[in-house]
Amino acid sequence: MYDTKANKLIGLFYLAPALLFVAAFTAYPFLQMLWLSLNSWSLITPPKYVGFDNFTKAFADRQFWISLGFTLKYTLLITPILMIGGYLLALLTAANTPIRRFTRAAIFVPVVIGLGASSLLWYWLLSTDYGFVNRILLDIGLIAKPIIWLGVDADTSNWAVIISVVWKVLGFGMILFVAAIQAIPSEVNEATMVDGASYWQRVTKVTLPLTLRTVLLVTLVSVIGSLLAFDQFYIMTAGQPQNLTATSVFYVYLNSFPYLKLGYGAALSLILAAIILVFTIVQMVLTRRSHS
Amino acid sequence: MSIGYAEMEAVYGANQSFVARVWESRTKYLVGAVCLVIATIMLLPLLASLTASIKSTGEAAAVPPTYIPQSFSLDSYLKLWSYQSGLPTYLFNSFTTAFLTIAFSLGLTVPAAYALARFPIPGKELLFVFLLLALIIPYQALLTPIFLMFASLKLTNSLVGLAIIHTAIQLPFSLYIMRNSFEAVPKELEEAAVIDGCSTFQVLWKICLPSVVPAMITVALFAFITSWNEFLGALVMMNRDATFTLPLILAATRTATSQGGTDWGLLQAGVTVSIIPCVGVYLLLQKYYVSGLLNGAVK
Repeated sequence: MYDTKANKLIGLFYLAPALLFVAAFTAYPFLQMLWLSLNSWSLITPPKYVGFDNFTKAFADRQFWISLGFTLKYTLLITPILMIGGYLLALLTAANTPIRRFTRAAIFVPVVIGLGASSLLWYWLLSTDYGFVNRILLDIGLIAKPIIWLGVDADTSNWAVIISVVWKVLGFGMILFVAAIQAIPSEVNEATMVDGASYWQRVTKVTLPLTLRTVLLVTLVSVIGSLLAFDQFYIMTAGQPQNLTATSVFYVYLNSFPYLKLGYGAALSLILAAIILVFTIVQMVLTRRSHS
Repeated sequence: MSIGYAEMEAVYGANQSFVARVWESRTKYLVGAVCLVIATIMLLPLLASLTASIKSTGEAAAVPPTYIPQSFSLDSYLKLWSYQSGLPTYLFNSFTTAFLTIAFSLGLTVPAAYALARFPIPGKELLFVFLLLALIIPYQALLTPIFLMFASLKLTNSLVGLAIIHTAIQLPFSLYIMRNSFEAVPKELEEAAVIDGCSTFQVLWKICLPSVVPAMITVALFAFITSWNEFLGALVMMNRDATFTLPLILAATRTATSQGGTDWGLLQAGVTVSIIPCVGVYLLLQKYYVSGLLNGAVK
């Protein structure tokens, strides 16, 4: 009934605001970023065309590699914790008993609060003298003197941030895994129980293969999120010590805004966007394939 | 699943040895205990923040920190109330930005989703992919050109400008959820309305809209939470204290001092204030949140 000539135009009319919005606030900025990346510009002097200089400069920039390396390290460390932890929690809480529902809700609450708020909360919990983490570790005798979690040693800082982010986002994977596990037809479980399979055999032979698609997709969402990490490091470590914990987005931010190297910042953004794009394409291919 | 267990019990219960049964009830209690321990660990940081915010300023700065508050005081909240431009200003900024984000998101995606689900638009698939562009380019990478554009449009230090960024971040998700919802509306109702002489606008307004209300709630909920919590865009666009949203002023309270050190009570009062609306709307609209995650994040 919508198939009339007039409706082609009316349809476009309904679509137009969204199209214009995306053109203005996503597509145009993207094109401008391509242009910026080929220029040197600090707002004070007019932009100067420099070709691919910004990119060659990036590859020779020590801090660029430090930031990228640190971001990858953070991603590689946190992703397995989130996936395995989230999956174990999902297995634990997938059945719909009151106590499990409550546990699920408790694990999920931090997901909805802001990364800024959770980072400030943990900035305090992990503070050397005033925080509860050291107080508890001292009280149960695990450590003899307070640990300086943030801003002095890059690896310790990284782990401190990982602890806080795991607390905050663990529930995201869990809730999606729970949904996937609950979607497994109960006949499948019953059949394996009759076969006398142990619990862990059932998990590895039945549950895991049947929820693999969700696991892969959550992994990718989580990897992309980690590669774009900013708030948690800006707030908890401010990049310290010596910018060793400045992530890629952090370094883009530093160049673009405080340093006002707009062209260089744009080139760094593009490199980062290209890396993310690879993961996004993998995700899309995976989604398509698992749909068919 | 519970039915499955019950049937198993019926079939195998009689043959089960006494030891196995004891073991089974043991695991049941063990699992319950593990659940409670985990739930406690997850909730303790929030409780700690809340208790720190109602300790006296002196106690909040105690070394080592006290587990159970020895004092009760609303000083931290009073200080937060008048911190810099004052909490009311920051709450106003955050709420306004969030509501504008909701309005923009719905205003753009409801008609667009209707068009995508129903109209014979040429090149529709391609246009849909174009609308999802933000999925491919992370907004973090676009902040410099957006900042330049906003500077010339006088949209920096503007809540409208910030809401535009938050809308753009959420647009692929919002559109995707809305389109799926429109596609699930049965066409028969609309056909009857058209025969009665309704225009497409009347069809959208009177027939489709009531059916897509749950999707609109989901879109609004995610728009609110994204906007309320978003940090980097606000950090880049807002440089005047009076235009700060809550996350920005929270990060600033890190450097607020009392008696020579960080004012931890003030900081945690801020954390508590910024957490409450999010947790509140989540608890209220839990089912929309989870269904949104399931439909938007994984499919």
